[in-house]
Amino acid sequence: MEFLLYFGDVFTPFNFGLLLIGTIGGLILGATPGLSPTMAVALLIPFTFRLEPAQGLILLGAAYTSTVAGGAVSAILLKIPGAPANIATTLDGHTMAQQGHGARALQLSFLASAVGGVFGVLLLIFLTPVLAQWALAFGPSHLFWLAILGVTVIGSLDSSSVVKGLLSGCIGLWLATIGFDDILGAQRFIFHSSVSGGINVIPALIGLFAIPQVITMFAKGRRRLNAEVLAVERHPIHKAFREVFRRSRALSIGTLTGSIIGLIPGVGGQIAGLVAYDQARKMSPERDKFGTGHSEGVIAAESANNAMVGPSLVPLLTLSIPGSPTAAVLLGGLLIHGIFPGSDLFDTNPDVAWTFSHSMLGGQIQMCIFGLYVAGLAAKVAQVPIAVMGAVVLGLAVFGSYSVQNSMGDVYVMAALGTGMYFLERFGFSAAPLVLGLILGPIAEANFIQGSMIANATSSMGAYFLTGTLNIVLIAIVVLSIGYSVWMELRHRRFITKDDAARKKEALS
Amino acid sequence: MKKLLVAASIAMMGLTGTAAADENYPERPIMLMVSYGAGGATDFQARIVTMTAGNEDALGMPIAIINKPGAGGRVGWNWFATQADADGYTLGAYNIPHFIAQSIEGGVEYGADSFEPIANWGADPAVFVVAADSEFNSMADVVDYAKENPGRLTFSGAGLFVGHHIAALQLEKAAGVKLAYIPNNQGGAGAMKAVIAGEVLGGVNNLSDAFRAREAGNVKILGVFDLERNDFLPDVPTLREQGFDIDNASVNFRGVMVPKGTPQPVIDKLAEVLPTMFENGRVQGRMKAGGSPMHIMTRAEVIEMWKAREVTLKELLAGL
Repeated sequence: MEFLLYFGDVFTPFNFGLLLIGTIGGLILGATPGLSPTMAVALLIPFTFRLEPAQGLILLGAAYTSTVAGGAVSAILLKIPGAPANIATTLDGHTMAQQGHGARALQLSFLASAVGGVFGVLLLIFLTPVLAQWALAFGPSHLFWLAILGVTVIGSLDSSSVVKGLLSGCIGLWLATIGFDDILGAQRFIFHSSVSGGINVIPALIGLFAIPQVITMFAKGRRRLNAEVLAVERHPIHKAFREVFRRSRALSIGTLTGSIIGLIPGVGGQIAGLVAYDQARKMSPERDKFGTGHSEGVIAAESANNAMVGPSLVPLLTLSIPGSPTAAVLLGGLLIHGIFPGSDLFDTNPDVAWTFSHSMLGGQIQMCIFGLYVAGLAAKVAQVPIAVMGAVVLGLAVFGSYSVQNSMGDVYVMAALGTGMYFLERFGFSAAPLVLGLILGPIAEANFIQGSMIANATSSMGAYFLTGTLNIVLIAIVVLSIGYSVWMELRHRRFITKDDAARKKEALS
Repeated sequence: MKKLLVAASIAMMGLTGTAAADENYPERPIMLMVSYGAGGATDFQARIVTMTAGNEDALGMPIAIINKPGAGGRVGWNWFATQADADGYTLGAYNIPHFIAQSIEGGVEYGADSFEPIANWGADPAVFVVAADSEFNSMADVVDYAKENPGRLTFSGAGLFVGHHIAALQLEKAAGVKLAYIPNNQGGAGAMKAVIAGEVLGGVNNLSDAFRAREAGNVKILGVFDLERNDFLPDVPTLREQGFDIDNASVNFRGVMVPKGTPQPVIDKLAEVLPTMFENGRVQGRMKAGGSPMHIMTRAEVIEMWKAREVTLKELLAGL
């Protein structure tokens, strides 16, 4: 049983210390807006130069898992998603924090993260060879349909109406075309040098989510209303445990969706949380509560984005192809010690491979313990006076967008998009579909162009995009998803009353 | 008395002007701009070759890497040509043929004249790869297939106007066939995945990445787009050995440059120290372990190489 053979290595005093540093450091870096998991891992690589390969990987593995979970902290408390993975967490998580349930939201998110994360790493350990085939199965035509499937989610995501959801999705798709075209190098809509590299997703995320909220805070002024100071509810941990497992449907949907989508190179990490959130809502009997601070939303989103961590490394560890930017950085961390990942990694360098996967398991558990410990304290953020809070969030937003690639251009983009979003929100549009458009646009476009180039050289466009089992399955899911949205919209209209509309409006303003 | 001395020395420094400042160069940490993201091959290698900069026998000051990725490197190089300070504290990493090819293509604010090369650290030739179970076993097989099926031999590469694209154009020209080059939007890694997954029949890729993929048992390497065989792949013949007239124009050279207008003494100092830094044993060991071929060239050699490359590329890209 090789699996257990190397488990002890993680618990030697020095290695365990590294695991602690990686986890705590990762949580802090992850909670800092703008420091995505990719950057956090890249920042730690120089520290591994002087360590043994296995020790370096303990540090990196623990940091990777805990930054993904740490992103939930700023998403829930400040409504700044640290990375695309945390977008879905803001939807219900931040609402819960506003209602004084911040501690509960954080506890649920860390517990769900740990469950999803452990499942994902176990998949990585035991099913890697099988999963590698699955990761390779997605060619340009399939990725194109997958992106289209994501677009169908747009209409129903966190918006007062399907039409407004689709419209903000379209704005996102347009924003995604700005810059040099990925494949042909054509220049599109470059009206200012800040956007010559296209709109970077992280500054856009920060701007779209944080800035409207900052403006709202400042607009409220310094009126000292007692109602503004929230009573932050204490929430015992055992209750959170019970709640997570009572919501087993959201937990299992999140974990499974996250693991499956996380495998797909280049796509997974960014949309796993949102797709899981959408699926959990469609399958929940309490679907109307989503978006109003419902715990299922947090659980589904967070279990999905941590479940994705393990499988996202499958293409790297088996095929030596980094499937995500973070995996590319980890590859650097392996290469620097002369370790070539490949299907025989577990045979040629068992100590490294096993220690790495065990460190991710250990990281998940530790992350959960520390997360639960700080949740109660962190939730007190909600009691900070809003004027101070606005300034802090604004400062973090500027810092976060600047630090992505040390460019003031990104700060301008963040500020411009954020201000625009403030006005759009007034009219009932919301940020989540816009961001989804921004993320999916390039995936759909690049894969369509690549697919059509291959199709033109080999067969015909129709045969390439519309035949083959996987294509047909994906198209069927797309059709089902659209049909479901239409059906829900029609049914919803019949029951909507004036009171409902008024309440919705109030919640938005 | 002490104050007087200080004042006098300050006055002296004022008199001698920049020369004194240049002699003490570098006085603070230096920044190296890499126009690709963290974790990419250029970033990875830049971090290794600069790790000994802080040593007393090198620059005595550390070099920090700053990434400015986007649009195939155009964002970073545009910034470097137009906004970077020409004071010697802002270095940039170059990738040849990428930035020269992009400047010929147009739409960017730089050309080979915008920068001053310092030294070259690496050369990563392009290679032709096919999946491990492919029926192709030599470049002749590939070209025969392309002759029978003109325009239907699909093969992937990291994008347009990069080394892989140049290699593809050279192959088309030398073999006199029409091929279907499929540029990938996720760089070399994406192009390699397309080959392994069988989405395309073959691909042009970096030697270092192909070497790793072959170690993992996923691909066969059929030819090297360089003048000589590579130490990492002594068993793989060059394209020229296989009867195609292809030189090293597609080889991805990586090195350090500064913006035009940087003081000459600073350029001289950097040009003297950097090659010795690259030769450091620890650097060489790390680079070899990572499968990254090194090729150290001095400033004079790089100037020659840039000039030669510009002529070849203008010729090759003229038809596009």
